[in-house]
Amino acid sequence: MIRVAGAGWPTLLYKELLRFWKVAFQTILAPVLSALLYLLIFSHVLESHVTVYGGEVRYTAFLIPGLVMMSVLQNAFANSSSSLIQSKITGNLIFILLPPLSPGDLYLAYVLGAMVRGLVVGLGVFVVTLFFVPSLLAMPHPLWALVFALLGSAILGTLGLLAGMWADKFDQLAVFQNFIIVPLTFLSGVFYSIHSLPPFWQAASRFNPFFYMIDGFRYGFFGHSDVAPSFSLALVALCCAMLSLLTITLLRRGWKLRH
Amino acid sequence: MPAAVEFIDIARRFGSVRALSGVSFAVDEGEFFGLLGPNGAGKTTLISIAAGLTLADTGSARILGHDVVRDFRQARRALGVVPQELVFDPFFSVRETLEIQSGYFGIRDNGDWIDEILHRLDLTSKADANMRSLSGGMKRRVLVGQALVHKPPVIVLDEPTAGVDVELRQSLWGFIRKLNRDGHTIILTTHYLEEAEALCERIAMLQAGRVVALDTKHNLLSRFAGITVRLAADRVPMAWRTRVLREEGGVYFVALDHYADLEMLLQEMRREGLAIRELSLLEADLEEVFLKIMGGDLRGAPAGVPA
Repeated sequence: MIRVAGAGWPTLLYKELLRFWKVAFQTILAPVLSALLYLLIFSHVLESHVTVYGGEVRYTAFLIPGLVMMSVLQNAFANSSSSLIQSKITGNLIFILLPPLSPGDLYLAYVLGAMVRGLVVGLGVFVVTLFFVPSLLAMPHPLWALVFALLGSAILGTLGLLAGMWADKFDQLAVFQNFIIVPLTFLSGVFYSIHSLPPFWQAASRFNPFFYMIDGFRYGFFGHSDVAPSFSLALVALCCAMLSLLTITLLRRGWKLRH
Repeated sequence: MPAAVEFIDIARRFGSVRALSGVSFAVDEGEFFGLLGPNGAGKTTLISIAAGLTLADTGSARILGHDVVRDFRQARRALGVVPQELVFDPFFSVRETLEIQSGYFGIRDNGDWIDEILHRLDLTSKADANMRSLSGGMKRRVLVGQALVHKPPVIVLDEPTAGVDVELRQSLWGFIRKLNRDGHTIILTTHYLEEAEALCERIAMLQAGRVVALDTKHNLLSRFAGITVRLAADRVPMAWRTRVLREEGGVYFVALDHYADLEMLLQEMRREGLAIRELSLLEADLEEVFLKIMGGDLRGAPAGVPA
C-alpha cells in the first residue's frame, strides 16, 4: 500500500526555497537595496578619509565584500529563523513533525534553504555593487571567498534554526537578532579594517567569530587580510561543526519542538 | 499480528498536572475506534504521543508494532493524523500543500492519489486556490487530505468535524467509513457523542488521564444505559413508583433493567386497571453511558479494565 519512499528532506528544502521565492520582493530585493544604500552613504562619507591595507585598496572597494558577506550572513539567519518561528506560531510545524523526517533531515533542509537565500542575496549585492567597482570581478582567490561564503551562511543558517527553536514569540526572536546577530556583524569589520581600531577593540574583535568570516571572505577579493586566511578557515569550520552538532543534538531531543 | 496502535503503561506530566497515568490499551487492525472524554481528559496528549509530537515520561506506544520513538520512521509512515487545530501554511495552494506533504514522506508523483483525495473531499474546484482563501470547513478537509497523502494504514482524527457544517460532515464520514471498509484502522476523538455512537465499534473513555471504560459500544450501551419507557397514563403502578425517572404532565419515564421488565410493568398496569394512552421505548444512547461513567457512578471500578 505504501510506495517505496525516498528521503523527505529534499521536499522540505524545496518548501523552504519556495517560501522565500514567493515573497522575493521582501526576501531578496529589499536586502539588496539596503546594502546598496549602505554603500552609497558610507563610500560617499568615508572614501576620502579612510585608508585601508596601507592605501593599496580604495575604501569603497574594501567595503563591498564586507557588505556582500554581511548580506549573506543576515539573510541566512533571517531565513531559517523566521521560517521556523512562523511555523511554530501558526502551528503548521506539525506538518513536518508528523512525517518521518529525522533530526538530520530537518537540519539539512533548513540550513541549506538558509544558505541558498543568503548566497542569492549576497550575489545580488555583489552584482549591483560591481557597477561601482568593476575591478572587484578580478578576484585573486575566488575559491577562498566561496568557501567562506558557504561556511558563513551555514553557520548563520544554523544559528537561525537554533534561534527559531528557542523563541516562542516574534519579540524573542527580535531580541536574538538585535542583541546578538546585528552587533556581531556590525562589529566584525564590515565597515573597517580592525587595524584601524584601538588595541583593546582589536583584541576584542578577535573573539568575534563573524570577524574571521568577513576577513577570510575579503582575502578572496584582495589577497590581503587582517589574519591568516587558513587560521580563519580552521576557526570558522570548527565553529560550524560545533554549532551543527549542538543543533542536531537539540533536534534529536525535540527541544522546544516536541513536548 | 501486531495491534494497529498499542499503548503500554503511558504516563505523562505537564508540571504538576498528571495528563496521563497508566494508560494501556490496544486498537486492532481494521477497527473503527472511539476515544472519548471531557476536555482535559488527556485525549490529545495520548494522540500526540502516538504521533511522536509529545514524548511520554514512561511507557511506550507502538504503531503496527513499530515503537514511535525508536522506530519513528516506520511508525510515522504507518500513521496519518488529522490535528485538532485548524492549521495551514499560507504560502501555498491546496494542491501544493498536498504535494509537499507527500514529499515529506518521500513520495513523488503522487498526482493520481492527490486527485482522488481532492475529489473525495470535494476540493477539486479549490485545488489551485491559496490556503488563505479557504473557509474553515475547507481548511479542515485539506487537513484530512494531508493526513492521507501517504495512504497510512492507521488514521487518527482528533475532533475532525469541529466547525464543519452538517452536510459536509456527512460526506466526510462517508469517506472515512469507506477508508475503514478498505482496511484502514480509524481512531476518532470527538465531543459529538452521537458521532462516536454512529461510527465506532469499540470505545475507550478517558477521564483525568486514566482509562475509565474500554469496551465495545454494544456492551457499554447494554451495561450502563438500560432502557427507558415513555408511558402516558393516569399513574404508574404502586410498586413501580421508585422506578420513575421523571414525570412531565401525565407522561412518565420509567427505568427498566431488561426488556423482560416491560412484561412485568404491563402486567401490573392491567392488574391495577390502568389504561395506557401511549407507550414508547427510548433507546439507550452513548451520552447516557458517558454521563454515568464520567459522573463517577463507577469511579474506582473501570469497566472492562482489569483492576
